[in-house]
Amino acid sequence: MGNKVLMKGNEALAEAAIRCGCRFFFGYPITPQTELAAYMAKKMIKSGGTFLQAESEIAAINMVYGAAGAGARVMTSSSSPGISLKQEGISYIAGADLPCVIVNIVRGGPGLGGIQPAQSDYFQATKGGGHGDYHLLVYAPSSVQELADLISKAFDKADEYRMPAMIMGDGMLGQMMEPVEFKEPISPEDLPEKEWATTGTKMKRKKNIINSLYLTPEELEDLNIKRYQRYDVVKRNEVMCEEYLTGDADIIIAAYGTIARIAMSAVDMARQKGIKAGLIRPITLWPFPEEAFKKYADSAKCFLSVEMSMGQMVEDVRLAVNGKAPVYFYGRTGGMVPEQEEILAKIEEHANA
Amino acid sequence: MKQSIVIAGFGGQGVLFFGKTLAYLGMDLGKNISWLPSYGPEMRGGTANCTIIISDNPIGSPITSKPDVLIAMNKPSLEKFESKVKPGGLIIIDSFLIDKKVDRDDVETIYIPAMKIANELGSENLGNMVMAGAYLKAQDYAGLEDLEKSVKAHTPASKEKLLEQNIKMIKAGYDYQVC
Amino acid sequence: MEKIFQRPHSLSDVVLSYCPGCTHGVVNRLIAEVVDEMDMEGRTIGIAPVGCSVTAYNFFEFDMQEAAHGRAPAVATGIKRVHPDNLVFTYQGDGDLAAIGTAETIHSAARAENISIIFINNTIYGMTGGQMAPTSLVNQVTQTTPYGRKVENQGYPVHVSEMISTIKGACYVERVSVDSVPNIRKTKAAIRKAFECQMQEKGFSLVEVLSTCPTNWGLSPVESLERIRKEMIPEFPLGVYKDLTDKGGVR
Repeated sequence: MGNKVLMKGNEALAEAAIRCGCRFFFGYPITPQTELAAYMAKKMIKSGGTFLQAESEIAAINMVYGAAGAGARVMTSSSSPGISLKQEGISYIAGADLPCVIVNIVRGGPGLGGIQPAQSDYFQATKGGGHGDYHLLVYAPSSVQELADLISKAFDKADEYRMPAMIMGDGMLGQMMEPVEFKEPISPEDLPEKEWATTGTKMKRKKNIINSLYLTPEELEDLNIKRYQRYDVVKRNEVMCEEYLTGDADIIIAAYGTIARIAMSAVDMARQKGIKAGLIRPITLWPFPEEAFKKYADSAKCFLSVEMSMGQMVEDVRLAVNGKAPVYFYGRTGGMVPEQEEILAKIEEHANA
Repeated sequence: MKQSIVIAGFGGQGVLFFGKTLAYLGMDLGKNISWLPSYGPEMRGGTANCTIIISDNPIGSPITSKPDVLIAMNKPSLEKFESKVKPGGLIIIDSFLIDKKVDRDDVETIYIPAMKIANELGSENLGNMVMAGAYLKAQDYAGLEDLEKSVKAHTPASKEKLLEQNIKMIKAGYDYQVC
Repeated sequence: MEKIFQRPHSLSDVVLSYCPGCTHGVVNRLIAEVVDEMDMEGRTIGIAPVGCSVTAYNFFEFDMQEAAHGRAPAVATGIKRVHPDNLVFTYQGDGDLAAIGTAETIHSAARAENISIIFINNTIYGMTGGQMAPTSLVNQVTQTTPYGRKVENQGYPVHVSEMISTIKGACYVERVSVDSVPNIRKTKAAIRKAFECQMQEKGFSLVEVLSTCPTNWGLSPVESLERIRKEMIPEFPLGVYKDLTDKGGVR
């Protein structure tokens, strides 16, 4: 592993995006994702790409819509309040079946909230966010290396399924430096051609239309059903999660992103104390790794969802466990990060109950 | 091995760079490392700190509530983190900037007038590197030559002059006889 | 027999969804004619707005994208940055461009974005059934100003061409009308000039077209054309508001 470099999560994300052929970035400043945009501003021009600071998040996401429709690998990044503003555009992108990558470096909310790490945008990311029947692919990396790996996966899968993908991180992951190894860069020219894109007909084909308006209900229903059939394929093929010491676990923690790392440390501490604790770390939040939880619903005595929110993913854990075992919740919010000792205390409380 | 280090001081003392130096050292030694700064409004005017974790195994939490090592470069930082250091841990203090002694007797302590030493050697801004030398002396996972090699490898050619200075400071910290 | 008048090739052979007497169709045709005459059909990408021309993506033979309400200039920016050699234009109404999309309009002009905007000003929201528009005249009766637009309550109409012409990044801005044959010819010339401005990479261009809405104005098509002349042109004077095409553009 000789090619490792030490990099901040936000910067690694940007570098990895450029390396996987993204040449268009449209954004609007917001803390705590600024390093990502700054890195893009510096490197995108050198890579022959476009970095544009838009007049608003709304304009930025619509530029993404335009560029995605025109066939480019394109991305935007923001943080919670900015992602709220982008929701209309995200709905249109999903409705027009366009691929793109949206990065949300989540901060505490609601409203202007704070700038410290949070996971309180889980519902927004996984249950819709904007209007209409649609989903995003949602990836939740927990290390700088995984950030770099997942951005390239997000672009590939977005293209493959013609749907927007989101990377959900938090300020801690964005600011953190870890060694990271990048893949060899690929050129946008080497990516598969998008036959549906608006590139100009060159008088060689029928026109392409990028659109999400269907005034005939039958037609719109038909399209939505087809899109959900595609989502079923995504659910079958694209679920990602990591299991840690789950095999014999009496208590299984559910945690994603950076919190999963803290939870993993807490699991180790619990094991040292003789408590059979384990961890399921969803890497895709949508599609949610239901099967991983179902598998242990009979063997585990209880589950504990640990989040930096007032309790959002816990609902998906409960749906997956389906009443077969109690599912508890422990969360900190507003930018507070749970410490491993706090999580350990909760593990002890529930394991010994 | 697994060690968590908190480096804390005023903004401008090179706290984050110090942390990066240790992160690079760990990385070059083939260990797992993480470097996490405090960020936000705290960055300006107040205290700056970062947490570095160096470990043979993959790193779980990048934050720590009980660091193995505290490197304090100003008084507020010592006051803030002193009680959090693990029993049996290590606290390194710039005794030129901090007139206070550690109240605990269950931790190892090193007092070194880092800023003064740096000043005498020509650049008062490099107290952080003197502290790095003192830190290294107290470790057995890496030697002086490892740090020297690592610092050289990660200093851009444009900053060669600074490199010499940095290494001089590291050596001075390393050779300082703690009394 | 020789055909002396026919549908432009880049205008689709479909029934346009506009109301009888509405002049949107005239402007759509003019765009298609200009695209044909410039031999640009294979390289044109249009952006349809939200408004009466929301389904304009069905009316042209070239590639089209449908934008969210007001966002067409942002969408056009995205497309143009990906395909700088293509002709990229937006087709927007007054609510879309001058109310909900004001920021996108101003900032695409400020960036000297090399796109063209065809702006249909008919002083009313047509598709939603005749509500007040940002360009509605003082005292104009609409569904949401049943007693007329009052200065005390709704203030004054927005003058888009005047406003955009003050922006450094705008290269060519002209207000035209489709109330008469001579004016329709001028409109076509203005659209051509805007598209040429773009293809010569001279920067942002906007053509404001005073247009009718007989249905929501409650007037006959002929009375509607008369209203453009009697009420709209005095408030929105025709003419070239900015033209730097001869001076090398703004880019």
